[in-house]
Amino acid sequence: MITTADIEAWLQRAAALLEANKGYLTELDAAIGDADHGVNIARGFAAVVQKLAAQPGQPLGPIFKSAGMTLMSTVGGASGMLYGNFFLKAANVVGDRQTLTPADLLTVLEAGRDGVVQRGRAEPGDKTMIDAWTPAVNALKDALAAGQPLSAALHATAAAAEAGMRATIPMQARKGRASYLGERSIGHQDPGATSTYLILRALADALADEDAKRA
Amino acid sequence: MKKLINAVDAVVREQMEGMALAHPDLLRVSLEPKYIVRADAPVAGKVAVVSGGGSGHEPLHGGFVGYGMLDGACPGEIFTSPTPDQIFACGMEVNGGAGVLLIVKNYTGDVLSFETAAELLHGEGVVVRTVLVDDDVAVKDSLYTAGRRGVGGTVIVEKIAGAAAEAGYSLAQTAALAQRVSVNSRSMGMALTSCTTPSAGKPTFDLAENEIEIGIGIHGEPGQRRIPIVDADAITTLLAEEILNDGPYTRTVRSFDPMTGDWAEVSLTSEPFRVGDRVIAFVNSMGGTPVSELYTVYRRLAMICKERNIVIVRNLIGAYITSLEMQGCSITLTRVDEEMVRLWDAPVKTPALRWGI
Repeated sequence: MITTADIEAWLQRAAALLEANKGYLTELDAAIGDADHGVNIARGFAAVVQKLAAQPGQPLGPIFKSAGMTLMSTVGGASGMLYGNFFLKAANVVGDRQTLTPADLLTVLEAGRDGVVQRGRAEPGDKTMIDAWTPAVNALKDALAAGQPLSAALHATAAAAEAGMRATIPMQARKGRASYLGERSIGHQDPGATSTYLILRALADALADEDAKRA
Repeated sequence: MKKLINAVDAVVREQMEGMALAHPDLLRVSLEPKYIVRADAPVAGKVAVVSGGGSGHEPLHGGFVGYGMLDGACPGEIFTSPTPDQIFACGMEVNGGAGVLLIVKNYTGDVLSFETAAELLHGEGVVVRTVLVDDDVAVKDSLYTAGRRGVGGTVIVEKIAGAAAEAGYSLAQTAALAQRVSVNSRSMGMALTSCTTPSAGKPTFDLAENEIEIGIGIHGEPGQRRIPIVDADAITTLLAEEILNDGPYTRTVRSFDPMTGDWAEVSLTSEPFRVGDRVIAFVNSMGGTPVSELYTVYRRLAMICKERNIVIVRNLIGAYITSLEMQGCSITLTRVDEEMVRLWDAPVKTPALRWGI
């Protein structure tokens, strides 16, 4: 069973991982964008964690909603809107619940991913965060269907996101600011797909840690 | 980096505080969330025109808040789109009951943010419409990119839409006219130097002393191509020809339909310029180029238009949509009809644009 503490641990872990990779993300963005993704996303997740700490004991819906609204209002740029939408859609499917089954977590990630697609209108292969989200969600679905335990399934999820992130390197961007570079966007890893991988890596690590604590 | 700033994270706020102190007769400023509204907002019964975007393009958009132009402007961080909560709060404050028109420059972040804000405003019962400005001919295709960027045409759209709203046009009429002005606008820009955002502290691209960048946007991003420097006439000719030789441009634009509360996709085509067209010619400084050089550019532009039998009926020359301290310029030509010229001439009283009043 996944608890509100697990989800809070995920968001804290994501904030720390994004902060640690701030320079790396900004460097990726400098090559094909406007060199602010790392700074913006780290600022946004730090604000998410701060806001959650100020309102302890909330059910999952309000936690996700607070995360979504905070990202939208603090990140700026397309990525803030896309991640914000991810968490708002996630909030819609969990409502006032305190716990999630692994199958529920899949529903959450699917709804969030659909929210990103709906807002950004990107398709797989456009060199965006969708290229990390979609293989990750599919991997979780397959792993759970194969009866894998949650922590293994989440590691498969993060690994699929990482592979998706790497797969953006040879792609030519068709959405976002990088699309204006045309062929010059080829050969660079997409910063949005990279932050998505880091967020999903944080999910896998946070839940493995929480499992270990319980064991 | 040498700049007249106090602290990197205070740049946007302190400029807004300065504007509030300089122009209390024209505008009011909110710092949390950040937006600028006209001093007399909301104006009862008038359509409210709201725009916004990253900072660093001043006077766009805040400098155009006031009578006859914008009711509200939402500045983001430097070169970063504003967030939906800003646009939502601004829209709520300026809505005078006749609805809110959101003028959006075509950048992914701006579009996503304004789309979210449109939905939030609609959710609060505000009648809202959106108009996209995408006039940058440096971007050739719309299928494999995010489409043409919103640049110089934005100033023309905001002036004419603001005048229409002031003249009592309905929201649907104001939106339709603004979209028509946008579709009839084409721009092309170039850089002599790069620019430095305060947070980066170093130029966003490197340009050698003997190089210029053609087809730039307004965020210090690299342009379409880099060429060895040539003289003002040659640069002007190059920019003008990109605009005047641009073929039909068709794209699908999403606009908010307040009746259904949903997004409608419409296909819009910009027709090429033709002999006999009447235009507003706008020569804009990217921030660091002096007015003297803009007139040198205008001199050649006027000759080219005359040769091609394009009639310049109005002009605008100065720094109106900038990229911080970048040296360079952009040219915008907007094909206009009688109605647009009348609204262009209508009185306007804002910090950066003021005539007839």
